Amino acid sequence: MDTKRTIFPNRVLPYLLLAPQLVITLVFLIWPAGQAVKSSFEREDPFGLSASFVGFQHYARLLTDPLYLDSLGRTAVFAVAVTALSMAFGLALAVAVKRLMRGGRIYTTLLVWPYAVAPVIAGLLWWFLFNSTTGVLAYFLGQLGIRWDHNLNGTHAMILIIIAAAWKQVSYNFLFFLAGLQSVPHSLIEAAAIDGSGPAKRFFTIVLPLLSPTTFFLFIVNVNYTMFDTFGIVDATTAGGPAQATNILVYKVYNDGYLGLNLGSSSAQSVLLMLIVVVLTVIQFRYVERRVQY
Amino acid sequence: MVENRPFLTFLTHLVLIAGVVLVAFPVYVAFIASTHTREVLVGGMIPLLPGGHLIENYKQVLSASSAANGLPSYMLMVLNSLGMALIITFGKIAISILSAFAIVYFRFRFRLLAFWIIFITLMLPVEVRIIPTYKVVADLGMLNSYPGLTVPLIASATATFLFRQFFMTVPDELMEAARVDGSGPLKFFRDILLPLSRTNIAALCVILFIYGWIQYLWPLLVTTDPGYYTLMMGLKRMVAVQDGEVQWHLVMAGTILAMLPPVFVVILMQRLFIRGLTETEK
Repeated sequence: MDTKRTIFPNRVLPYLLLAPQLVITLVFLIWPAGQAVKSSFEREDPFGLSASFVGFQHYARLLTDPLYLDSLGRTAVFAVAVTALSMAFGLALAVAVKRLMRGGRIYTTLLVWPYAVAPVIAGLLWWFLFNSTTGVLAYFLGQLGIRWDHNLNGTHAMILIIIAAAWKQVSYNFLFFLAGLQSVPHSLIEAAAIDGSGPAKRFFTIVLPLLSPTTFFLFIVNVNYTMFDTFGIVDATTAGGPAQATNILVYKVYNDGYLGLNLGSSSAQSVLLMLIVVVLTVIQFRYVERRVQY
Repeated sequence: MVENRPFLTFLTHLVLIAGVVLVAFPVYVAFIASTHTREVLVGGMIPLLPGGHLIENYKQVLSASSAANGLPSYMLMVLNSLGMALIITFGKIAISILSAFAIVYFRFRFRLLAFWIIFITLMLPVEVRIIPTYKVVADLGMLNSYPGLTVPLIASATATFLFRQFFMTVPDELMEAARVDGSGPLKFFRDILLPLSRTNIAALCVILFIYGWIQYLWPLLVTTDPGYYTLMMGLKRMVAVQDGEVQWHLVMAGTILAMLPPVFVVILMQRLFIRGLTETEK
């Protein structure tokens, strides 16, 4: 990692400049993370006065706990569904905007704003639409003979949070796909057109392969988003229910630790989540962004 | 566009219009709901056209009498959200630009270590360390306070990286000239680097303001005193009553209002927003 060719000679100043960032990081991020690791190997007595080392007991219990494995599976379904849905819509809209000679900016404006909507509000909006007493969509589904009830039906609840999470994320994917499309060389497309290949063929044989770095980057970012930034959506709509159907990992940590006060298990869950973030971050930095060198 | 295909152009507009409608639909329904009375909303199929109670409903949400069921007034929550978003925005930018300056323009022991400590913050989002972070904040007596709401969220690797990358592109000659003229590091920072970073700072402001405004889990953990509730928490609490008693017309009016600030920021500063988004996330 480089500095400038010439540098300032001060000895103390750089530490002072770094101090605020480092103090906050150490106190509010690294220390708590360390505490989570520590208490994931310990059991506290009922009064919280002393703790004894129990090794991997919490982990062993978690990984054989059907509820935890179930939550893991549901998180995977949720993440894959949201990622696929929001990326497909984002790509379709980006391709459409790229195709336009003019008017692209207006469409962009009208498409990007959901990024600024809080997850908890996204949850409230879709919950309102699917609510059995007031919901417009619930009403239409009823007309089609589908009795929508996300309070009782786990599949309905899962579909609800998938739609809300994907709705919010489309704008993000749209913007990155649009940026990716803009860097596809126009000469390639023209050459292919002159050779007689139509729009669909050009898209699948030239544009899509050239977009693959963007696609991979977005895949990782979207998985990260669905796993960690959707707490508000779940809390505003289903609160993990019915019967654990939407109890994704982040929500379970909160539920077991903050509400259930099961510290050992919650810490072990935190540590496993951290491992997932570490893996995702490493993949993102090692394989996705070769252009950025740190 | 390579060749002129009218049908495809038609299809393109169709796809885009469908996309815009789909994206706007939930907000449209929420807006419609906020213009009717509660009786209309719960009495079966809700209408798809605005009603006549727009001003009345929004007035009621914004008035002091909206304080009920253990919730503070709506305006107080707006102030709390605004305060939280602004402190996070300025805090993150301030500490990040200083640390990037230190890392790029100085050579000192533990420079690499400092860099890695900052990098690690990327891997420790609040969501994965809820309980221990809560405990630290509680031990420091920061529950129910602005510092408790904001300081733990201020550490930022992405902003630091953005400034670092930008500083690396600033010509060395500028700094050499400044040194020849006898200006020290702080003067160089204030008179040259800071003005040069204007666009980056503006782009970050947009992204970070949104980030601060939409926080939900963290305020939920550290505030029990209604005086510190933010909008996102308040809205959630407005619907956390018996299913039959939700004041839908007011909730939706409150939701629409709570969306406005960040959405306006995105729409009015679209260029900066896109720049901030694509540069910080990479």
